[in-house]
Amino acid sequence: MEQIQFSKEELERYSRHLIIPEFNIEGQRKLKGSSVLVIGSGGLGSPLLLYLAAAGVGRIGIVDFDTVDASNLQRQVLFGIQSVGAPKVEAARDRLASLNPHITIEVHNTKFTSANARELVRQYDVVADGTDNFPTRYLVNDACVLEGKVNVYASIYRFEGQASVFNELLEDGTRGPNYRDLFPSPPPPGLVPSCAEGGVIGVLPGILGSLQALEVIKVITGVGDTLSGRLFLFDATGFTTRTMKVRKDPRNPLNGENPTQTELIDYDQFCGIGVPAAQERAVDAIDVHELKAWRDSGKDHVLIDVREPYEFGIAEMGGDLIPLATVIESTSRIPKDIPVVVQCRSGARSAKAIRQLEDAHGYTNLVNLTGGILAWQEHIDTSLARY
Amino acid sequence: MAQLIIPTPLRKFTNGQGVFTQDAANVKELLASLASQHPGLKPHLFEDSGNLRSFIRVYVGDEDIHALQGEDTALQSNDEVSIIPAIAGGI
Repeated sequence: MEQIQFSKEELERYSRHLIIPEFNIEGQRKLKGSSVLVIGSGGLGSPLLLYLAAAGVGRIGIVDFDTVDASNLQRQVLFGIQSVGAPKVEAARDRLASLNPHITIEVHNTKFTSANARELVRQYDVVADGTDNFPTRYLVNDACVLEGKVNVYASIYRFEGQASVFNELLEDGTRGPNYRDLFPSPPPPGLVPSCAEGGVIGVLPGILGSLQALEVIKVITGVGDTLSGRLFLFDATGFTTRTMKVRKDPRNPLNGENPTQTELIDYDQFCGIGVPAAQERAVDAIDVHELKAWRDSGKDHVLIDVREPYEFGIAEMGGDLIPLATVIESTSRIPKDIPVVVQCRSGARSAKAIRQLEDAHGYTNLVNLTGGILAWQEHIDTSLARY
Repeated sequence: MAQLIIPTPLRKFTNGQGVFTQDAANVKELLASLASQHPGLKPHLFEDSGNLRSFIRVYVGDEDIHALQGEDTALQSNDEVSIIPAIAGGI
């Protein structure tokens, strides 16, 4: 550590760290000598990256495959309107380089997968998980446990956030609990929607991502007690916080008493994604071009929109609004004698509505609009707002 | 009466209700009365076998019931019971 030196500019930049007695130049040396891999540069990744770069973490890796979208700007404070359309890792690198020229930023413009996860994780001291779906959460966890890395974790849903530190090396040489000790297996697909489907209040990832950055810095410097062995919960609606104990589970397949998993696995399959449930039979469908042709030719039909009223308020395409939860009791508004096109945001809920109506009321004239209003916006009416 | 805190992802099955208050001798009784008042919640809390689902943790205070007496953990009248589901959002 002694060989890590600072320039005059760095000493001035980090002076508010250097004058904290418990932190001082030793803490700053540890930051400069360390490396952190941030997976996902979105709502959690934005504050994480900004604070880690500002704090002087010597080498920061960023993994993301996405491009910046206008709907990101409500919470992803790394980006500005000039970044819309650009690869996130590149926009992030440019922003962080302008914030702190004394650190190294490495970008990995790729999806984090079972094929590259261990190789990526291996190159860094600490991992911070800013991803947004269950398969990747388990992938990040397993790669960290198999490679012996700390996984600083946070996740969010609407108004609720969770944070913890997984797999930290403890003083007795053992590792702290990891994600699989807390949640051995994921919920079935569809129960807990993503932010894209369920929404998220923009400040929430800012709060949780900042807590993550704090825990990364504590892990690196050894200052304070981290969230290892504890799960922090924040509910913004009532402003309540709780901190729960997390214990190791002897049945953990990675590092429990009888480990059975020594490699990464297929995480989509583990999370039940891409495995259609038996009851989800296919429904008749038309695409947006066909619906446009129906409208242009004056073909007799009805359009039912099964989204929620707040979605209808953002964009609509002339359908009769009957939210999915109420279709069964709204059959008086759904004719049986002419074609009925059922539409939602992307086509999944409308297919569900059709199956319910066919099963409960014997409809035979329902067709799904493939791709929903998103496809209509993309191909037919670009004046509509996307969400 | 014990207070049961219902997390956001499950509130759609409780008409938005976030706290469930009920006299109950133990965790099992408390969860059973919650499920009987909100039947839509039941498949999200329990497997067909009746076991709690593995993406849900139940805490009494800050302690996981697995570290106590499981669903048989006795409740005092001022206990706070939390259902903690896995959530994954982040971007």
